[in-house]
Amino acid sequence: MQAFTQLTGIVAPLDRANVDTDMIIPKQFLKSIKRSGFGPNLFDELRYLDEGQPDADNSQRPLNPDFILNQEPYTKASILLARENFGCGSSREHAPWALLDFGIRCVIAPSFADIFYNNCFKNGILPITLSEQQVDELFKEATSNKGFNLTVDLEAGCIKGAQLGDINFSVDNFRRHCLLNGLDDIGLTLEQSDFIKQYEAKRKAQAPWLFAE
Amino acid sequence: MAAKTLYDKLWDAHLVHQQEDGSCLIYIDRHLLHEVTSPQAFEGLRIAGRKPWRIDTNLATPDHNVPTTTQERSVGVNGIADPVSKIQVMTLGENCDHFGITEFKMQDARQGIVHVVGPEQGATLPGMTVVCGDSHTATHGALGALAHGIGTSEVEHVLATQCLIQKKSKNMLVKVDGVLGKGVTAKDVVLAIIGEIGTAGGTGYAIEFAGQVFADMSMEGRMTVCNMAIEAGARVGMVAVDKTTIDYVKGRPYAPQGEQWDMAVAAWQDLHSDADAVFDQVVVMDGSKIAPQVTWGTSPEMVLPVSAQVPNPATEQDQVKASSIERALAYMGLQAEQAITDIQLDRVFIGSCTNSRIEDLRAAAEVVAGHKVATTIKQALVVPGSGLVKQQAEAEGLDKIFEAAGLEWREPGCSMCLAMNADKLGTGEHCASTSNRNFEGRQGFGGRTHLVSPAMAAAAAIAGHFVDVRDFG
Ligand code: SF4
Repeated sequence: MQAFTQLTGIVAPLDRANVDTDMIIPKQFLKSIKRSGFGPNLFDELRYLDEGQPDADNSQRPLNPDFILNQEPYTKASILLARENFGCGSSREHAPWALLDFGIRCVIAPSFADIFYNNCFKNGILPITLSEQQVDELFKEATSNKGFNLTVDLEAGCIKGAQLGDINFSVDNFRRHCLLNGLDDIGLTLEQSDFIKQYEAKRKAQAPWLFAE
Repeated sequence: MAAKTLYDKLWDAHLVHQQEDGSCLIYIDRHLLHEVTSPQAFEGLRIAGRKPWRIDTNLATPDHNVPTTTQERSVGVNGIADPVSKIQVMTLGENCDHFGITEFKMQDARQGIVHVVGPEQGATLPGMTVVCGDSHTATHGALGALAHGIGTSEVEHVLATQCLIQKKSKNMLVKVDGVLGKGVTAKDVVLAIIGEIGTAGGTGYAIEFAGQVFADMSMEGRMTVCNMAIEAGARVGMVAVDKTTIDYVKGRPYAPQGEQWDMAVAAWQDLHSDADAVFDQVVVMDGSKIAPQVTWGTSPEMVLPVSAQVPNPATEQDQVKASSIERALAYMGLQAEQAITDIQLDRVFIGSCTNSRIEDLRAAAEVVAGHKVATTIKQALVVPGSGLVKQQAEAEGLDKIFEAAGLEWREPGCSMCLAMNADKLGTGEHCASTSNRNFEGRQGFGGRTHLVSPAMAAAAAIAGHFVDVRDFG
C-alpha cells in the first residue's frame, strides 16, 4: 500500500448526500478480477451520457459536461469534497480502487459509511470527517474558486489552505500509523500468531463445535 | 460484572488481543465467499505466498453473476453467456479447488445467495462471528451471531489470519413492540425502521432488534430485518437467541450434533442482552402502527406507507434534503404529491437475500394464486434464494402457482437485485422489487426501483401498480 503523509491537491466539490458505492462504481465493472483499471469508470453513470460496459473504449463515450470531474481543472483533482454518508451501500472495495485509480487520495465529508471508510485505509486513501459546518464552508470556497487547493497533512492531523484557517482532524491511531507508513496489516496481524493460537486453543475447549475436523 | 448487551457478549467472546492503541484483533468463526469480492483477495494471498489460516471455516458459492434461466444453468459455467462473468465464476472455482475450500458450485442443489445458504446449511450458528465480502452479511445476525460485511482487503486478511482488526461499534437497541397487522411483514418493519432513523442513522452502531414483534417473528423474517441493517448504516444487525432460533438451527447439515449439540444449546442460552444492559441509543416503535411500505426514491430511507403521497421538495426546509428529494423525483420520473398507488409498474422482482426464502415465496404465491399478472407488466420474476429453497417451493407446488399466474420461475442467484447477470431493468422502467437497494441504476441503467415486501410485490404484479395488499383479493 502506498503511504500517505502529505498531499496538496485540487479539491473537487461533489455536492450530493448519500453517494453510494453503486454510484462510485456500477456493478458491471465489478466483474473484473483485477484491482486496477477502474478509474475511467469512476462515477460512470454520472460521468458519461451512455451506459458503460466493461470492454468499452471510454475515450469514445459521450461525457456529461455538467459532471464536476469532467470539468477542468477537476480532471486532476486529488481531493474529493462530499456530503453526508459518503460511500454507503455495498462493501465493494472496487469503490476505493476506482477513486485511487482516478487519482483521488483524500475524501472529505461530514460522515462516511463504515465499510467504505474502512476500505479507504486499506488502499492508501485518507477519509476525513469534518463537521457539517466546516464542510459547508469548504463547499463555498471550492465552488467559488475553481482551482481551490488544500494541503492535507496526516502526520500533523491538519488541513491547510482554507479561508477558515487550519482545520484539525483526527484519525484513530492504528489506522493513522498504517497509512503513514504504508503498512500491510496482514503482516502485522501475523506477528501476533501466538495470540491467535492461544485463543483458538481456549475456544476449542469451550466451543468444540466451531472447530470441525 | 457489568451488564452486557448481546453485542458486547459476542465481541468479548471473540477478542483475541487488544493492542495498546486500542485496536482489537477479533477472531472469525465463519467466512463466506462469493465470486465478486474474492478474486483479488486470493490473488493477494498467492502473491504474498500465504496460505489460509484455517480451511474449514470458509464456505463459498457463486451467486452474483450466475444466470437464472434453466436452459443456461443446465450446462453449468459454460452456460454463462457473458465472458467476463464466466471468468469470475470460474476464478472462484479455481481458487476454492486450489486451496481446498468447500464450494457449492453452480449445479449443486445447495448453491444460492450466500446469505441464504449460510443459515440454511447451519453454517451460520448462534454465537459465531460471521463475515463475508458483502455488506448484507448482517443477515446472519438474525441467528444471534455477530455478522458483518467486509471489503476485499479484509477478505484476504481473514483468509490469512482468521482474524480482523476492528474497532468496537456503539450499541443501539431498536425495540418494536405490539402485534403486526395482517399483511404487514418483516420487510415493512425494516423499511419503516429505516424511514424512521435514516440511511445513516445506524452508522457506527451495532443494532439489536428486540421487542414483541421480533420475538413473534420467524427466522426468515428476522433475516429479512437484519439483512437491511446496513441500509440503516449499521454493519451489524442482531436478534437474541430464543427457541425459534434453536428450532431453526437443529438438524441442519453444519449444525453440531449429539453431545456437542447439547453443549452448544447450553452456551447459546446466554446470547441475549442482560436485562439492565445499557445501550448508547434506543429507538422505540409501535409495530401495530406499521403499514405496508413502498420506497418512492433512490435511497431506502425514501419510504412511505402505501397509502401516502410522494413528498414535495417545495415544503422541505432543509436545503440538502430538498435537493435530494428533487433529484430523486426527477430520476424516478415521479410528480411531487403523486399517490404511491398511482405508480405504474413495468417489472416485478421477487428474490434477493432480503426476500427469497421459502416463507417469502409462500407469501407471494398466496397473493397471486388464482390471478393473472397485469398485461402492462413486461416481466415478473420469482428467483428463489437457493437450490434447496427452489426444491422446497416446488414440493409445495408454488412454482405452478406462479407460472399459472404468469410469473417466471427461475434458478437461484442474486439476479435482478443488482443486475450483474442478464436480468435487469430497462431505462425508465419501474420495478416493484423485494430486494434491498433502490439506488440509481442498481437494477439496470436508468432503472427505477421500489422496495416492497413479497406480498406487496405480488399484489402489484397483478394490479400493474401499487395496491395495499391488505385490501387485495
Ligand atoms: S441478493 Fe443482492 S444484496 Fe443480496 S448478496 Fe446478492 S446482490 Fe447482494
